[in-house]
Amino acid sequence: MNLADWRKRDSFYEASARRRILGLLDQNSFQELLGPAERITSPHLEQLGFPVSFDDGVVIGSGLLNGKKVLIAAQESGFMGGAVGEVHGAKITGLLQLALISHVTAVLLVLDTGGVRLHEANAGLVAISEILHAAFRAREAGIPILVLIGGNNGCYGGMGIFARCCDYIIMSEEGRLSVAGPEVIETAGGVEEFDSRDRALVWRTMGGKHRYLLGEADRLVVDDIKAFREVAIELIQKPKPLTLESILQEHQRLGERLVAYGECKDALDIWKKIGIPEFDAIPLMDNDAFHSIVKPYLPREGTEEET
Amino acid sequence: MMELLKFEFPGHRAPLRPMRGSAFAGVVNSGSLEVLIESVDLGGRCQVEVKTSANGFRSTWDAVLEDFFARNRFADIKVSINDFGATPAVVSLRLDQAAAEIMEMGAK
Repeated sequence: MNLADWRKRDSFYEASARRRILGLLDQNSFQELLGPAERITSPHLEQLGFPVSFDDGVVIGSGLLNGKKVLIAAQESGFMGGAVGEVHGAKITGLLQLALISHVTAVLLVLDTGGVRLHEANAGLVAISEILHAAFRAREAGIPILVLIGGNNGCYGGMGIFARCCDYIIMSEEGRLSVAGPEVIETAGGVEEFDSRDRALVWRTMGGKHRYLLGEADRLVVDDIKAFREVAIELIQKPKPLTLESILQEHQRLGERLVAYGECKDALDIWKKIGIPEFDAIPLMDNDAFHSIVKPYLPREGTEEET
Repeated sequence: MMELLKFEFPGHRAPLRPMRGSAFAGVVNSGSLEVLIESVDLGGRCQVEVKTSANGFRSTWDAVLEDFFARNRFADIKVSINDFGATPAVVSLRLDQAAAEIMEMGAK
């Protein structure tokens, strides 16, 4: 990739939640709901003497994506690590419930979060369970939910579980997706189990490339808001069926995956077992090289076919 | 604990142009802040409300805000700030960003 191409990019990773939304949607189409001027802030943080934010760290609203009406939420990575508090969660839940009554093509969720906001404890946990419930209701109604992950917090904890309950996950290499984060694993299992300061280890275990190779991320794009937008335009047209059969298939696939790779100590071992010839060069490959090399080795069951 | 600071400024007698709506800048991240500027009828005056995690800096806030209103011909403006220990330079930058945005909205 040359310098001119880099300069044309509009980095998803670097952008704020609002900037991401404006770049994803059609120009001037975004209408925010419960914006900063409404001052719906966290009552818990206030009591604990922590700074609050006027939008509680999540921007929600409606807009157009290639002319189609969509609902969108974006977590602000800078505020409390994008973590889900009571108000923050209620905004996302409300947006998913709104999808049921507002004739939208899809819901886009830009997740950039460590999971539950620990300061709000049970209220944050309940908020995530409410988000999950609302998401399944929307999926039942045939409204696709797209998750976009490419920010500096990645997507962890309860929101990592939630992301995998949605129709599609679009990731960049920079994004990470998991349940327990690197520091949590190290604290619980010791540094021999996982060295959270080893950035290469963190990215090859939880980063976009690995999630894509395992079939957990449906698409892997470059760190460019326009690239996320292009893929979202395509995927909002294709809700994935949520049926008993599709769930059983997914469970079978996960069972087989555990049998195939359960003994592997590192993502490198998995890539080697998959049979990718230049598996040890994967972390340094650019997006185009990566796609051309891994294309024959992608899991197909449970993921959407490449068009 | 958070400190709540309130300020009031006389407002410019010949404001640059009529403002409307609200503008927003910044993120409540460590060493940063968010600024919400709203056009409100305050009889020509300007109000500022700061919630800050860094206690005991009233005179510094006063100086930064006085400078901001000296540089901008504003009237009937309410500024609300959630601060997480931003330095004066960062505060000025975010104030200017929000001010530029509300000026743009007024121009439309």
